[in-house]
Amino acid sequence: MLTVGLTHFLILSAILFAIGLFGVITQRNVIKVIMCLEIMLNAVNIALIAFSQSVAPVSLTGQIFAIFVMVVAAAEVAVGIAIIFSIYRNHESIDMEKFNILKW
Amino acid sequence: MPEITYSITFYLMAAIAVAAALGVIILRDVFRAALSLILLFMTVAGIYLLLHADFLAIVQILIYVGAISVLIIVAIMLTRDARQGQPLGKIKWVAGIVALALIGVIAWGVINTAFYLSSTPPLEETVKPLGNLLFGNPGYMLTSEIAAVLLLSAILGAIAVIREK
Repeated sequence: MLTVGLTHFLILSAILFAIGLFGVITQRNVIKVIMCLEIMLNAVNIALIAFSQSVAPVSLTGQIFAIFVMVVAAAEVAVGIAIIFSIYRNHESIDMEKFNILKW
Repeated sequence: MPEITYSITFYLMAAIAVAAALGVIILRDVFRAALSLILLFMTVAGIYLLLHADFLAIVQILIYVGAISVLIIVAIMLTRDARQGQPLGKIKWVAGIVALALIGVIAWGVINTAFYLSSTPPLEETVKPLGNLLFGNPGYMLTSEIAAVLLLSAILGAIAVIREK
């Protein structure tokens, strides 16, 4: 219990991922949804790096994966916030319930 | 680092990370939620340090704390009516059950799996090996180039979406 190993990091990652998932489903403010997406991506990165450190510490494959996850996260936030601005300008709202312009 | 210090640091970091993640969801004020998110990012950087990933800890601080949180705060400032928080949606019980079930399934699977753990000690410093892997010959050169194209297209896409007609 007291010696921290791979299991502890993976369970921490699972808890953070579940919190992020809960937020993505329940939040109505779109900016908060993006924040919860970032929590989920960080949880995945923790799992990747924990595996990298304890399963393949020399080849560093997990850390390379984590770097590319960060790149994709940065691109996702930039495009997501641009879309939020654009919708906010047209609808004067960032409530998730009002984002139904793609429905028909 | 002695074993007991490592464990205490891990449990402290994990507790702060989970509390900060809950804070992002619970806090009604979006700006306070963003500050809680920054605390979470910094704690995750500390967890990377515990995992001997020094380069990734610094990159985490630079990209997440430095860039992404600034973007999010700018978004909060520009969408002013977001300041008063909206209540949770009606599906929060379903979402809570799904999240708890997810934690349970993953924890059950992780605890009951015998991972093949490597006995080699982790690398002391990872900057040079990571650079060699990212830009070296048997490495991830093509992926780095594609990441650059992805970032460029994300910038162009963001400008195109946000431009006034």
